Amino acid sequence: MKYVCLVYYDEQIIRDMSEQQWLDLNKECIAFGEQVRGSGHCIGGNALQMTDTASTVRIRAGQLQLSDGPFAETKEQLAGFYLMEAKDLNEAIQLAGRIPPARLGSIEIRPVRELPK
Amino acid sequence: MRDTQNGTQGAAVVQAHIQTIYRQQSRRVLATLIRLLGDFTLAEEALQEAFGAALQQWPTEGIPDNPRAWLVSAGRFKAIDQLRRQQRFNQLQDELAEDSLTAHAPDYDSQPDIEDDRLRLIFTCCHPALAIEAQLALTLREICDLTTEEIARAFLISPVTLAQRIVRAKNKIRDAGIPYEIPEQQQLPQRLESVLHVIYLVFNEGYSATVGDDLIRQELCNEAIRLGHLLRELLPDAEVSGLLALMLLQDARRATRYSEQGEIVQLEFQDRRQWDFHQIRQGLVLVQEAMTSKEIGSFTLQAAIAAQHAMARQFADTDWKRIVQLYELLLQASPSPVVELNRAAAIAMRDGPQAGLKQMQGLQDKLAGYHLYHAAMADLYRRLNCHEQARICYQQALALTKQGPEQRFLHKRLSELNV
Repeated sequence: MKYVCLVYYDEQIIRDMSEQQWLDLNKECIAFGEQVRGSGHCIGGNALQMTDTASTVRIRAGQLQLSDGPFAETKEQLAGFYLMEAKDLNEAIQLAGRIPPARLGSIEIRPVRELPK
Repeated sequence: MRDTQNGTQGAAVVQAHIQTIYRQQSRRVLATLIRLLGDFTLAEEALQEAFGAALQQWPTEGIPDNPRAWLVSAGRFKAIDQLRRQQRFNQLQDELAEDSLTAHAPDYDSQPDIEDDRLRLIFTCCHPALAIEAQLALTLREICDLTTEEIARAFLISPVTLAQRIVRAKNKIRDAGIPYEIPEQQQLPQRLESVLHVIYLVFNEGYSATVGDDLIRQELCNEAIRLGHLLRELLPDAEVSGLLALMLLQDARRATRYSEQGEIVQLEFQDRRQWDFHQIRQGLVLVQEAMTSKEIGSFTLQAAIAAQHAMARQFADTDWKRIVQLYELLLQASPSPVVELNRAAAIAMRDGPQAGLKQMQGLQDKLAGYHLYHAAMADLYRRLNCHEQARICYQQALALTKQGPEQRFLHKRLSELNV
C-alpha cells in the first residue's frame, strides 16, 4: 500500500535552532532519505519551505481567491512529506518512526486513496 | 459423518449441539475467516451463513467429525459465492491471497494456525492506531461476542453510536491497512502492553463504574478475566499472568465492596469470609509465577500488592512493610502521582499517620484535582484527631466527585467528625 507521511513541527523550534543543529538535522534527513529510497520504501516526497512562504488558493463563485499563509493556523506546521510504499500500516508506522523530525513534532500517516478509474 | 439423527427429537439434540459449538467455536472460526477473507464484515456474514448451513444440514446429515473445519470451509465458500454474486469477485481476486480462495484447499485446522488466528484477532482489535473506545468496542464485539446492545448498555451509550464506532473502526482496519498479524518480536512488548491495557479497561469499566446495570458490569469483569485466561493460553508472558492475577484478586472481593444499601465498604471493614477464596488461590499462584520473571511489570506488582491484602486474614494482619516495598518497585516500573499517593497511604499504615501526611503534602501540586487525594489526607487528619483539617479535606474531596456512593461515603465521614 501507499502511504503519505506528513511531517509536522512547530516552526519556532527550527527558528530557535543553532546553525549547527539545523545542519545536523538536515544531514540526518538526507541520510534517512537515501536509506528509504534505497530500500524501495520511499517513492517520493520533499521538504517544504516555512509557512511564511505559503499561499492559499480557493475558487469561490467561479472566482479565484488568494490569501497569504497556510490554509489553517495550527500549532504545528506542515514541514515536508514522504510518499512511502509499505506492506501495511505496521510497516508504515515503523518507517514514520524513523523520520528524524518525529522527535521534534508529529508524523501523520495517511493511506493513499486510488481515484476510481 | 456420524451421529445421523432422525425425527424431531434428534433434530433438537443436534440444534442444542450446534448452539454449544457456536458458543465454543464461533470466535475461533471468525478469527480464521477474517484471515482467509481479509475483511471483518465479510467474515462475519460468512460465519452467520456457515452456522445457518449447519442448522440446515447437520440434523439430516449428522454432525461432521471436525465441526470447526467444516464451518470454516462452509463460511469461506459462502463468502466466495457472495463475492461472485456481487460481481466484485474479479476486482477482489487480486487483493485476496491466492491460496485462500483457489481450489487447493489450505489446511484450515492445523492447531497452531487456529490459535494464531485468535491472537491475530486480539492484536488487530487492540491496535493502537484505533481510538481506545474503538479498541474496547471491537474487542468486546469480535473476541467476546457481546452484542452491540450489551456493549452499548455497559458504556451507557446508544447502540447506534456504538455500532457506528465499530463500523468506523473496521473501515479504518481495511482502508489504512492495519494488518491481521501477531507483531514481530521487536514490537511485541509494546503491542502486548496495549492489549493488556484494553483488557484492564474492560475489567475496570465493570469493576469501578458506579453507574449502570450491575449484571452487565459483572459481565464485563467476567469477560475481562476470560480474555486474560485466553491471552495467557495463547501468549504465555509474565505480565499477562500478572494482569490476570490482579483481576482475579480484585474481583474476589466483589461481594464485600458495597453494603446492601449500596454504600462503599472500605477494605478495612470488608467481611473477609465472603471473599472468593477459589479465585484468590488462582490469583496467588499466578502472582508467584509472574514475580519470578526477569522483568517484573506494573500489572504484576499491582497484583502482588492485591495478594498481600488477600493473604491477610484480617485487616490488622496486613504486612504493610512488604506493601510499601512493592509500591517502591511499582513507582520504578511506572511512576505516577497516584502510585505515590498509595505508597504514602501504605507508609501511614506502617509508620503512623504523621509519616503518611508528610508524604502526601508533597503531592499537593500534582493531585490537587483528584478527590481521593483529599479523602486520603482527610482520613489521616481524622486519625490524628485534627478534625478541622479533616473537615476541610473531606469537603474538597466532595467538591471533586460526582459519583453517588463516593459522595455518600464522604458525607458520612464528615458527619462523624466533632467540629
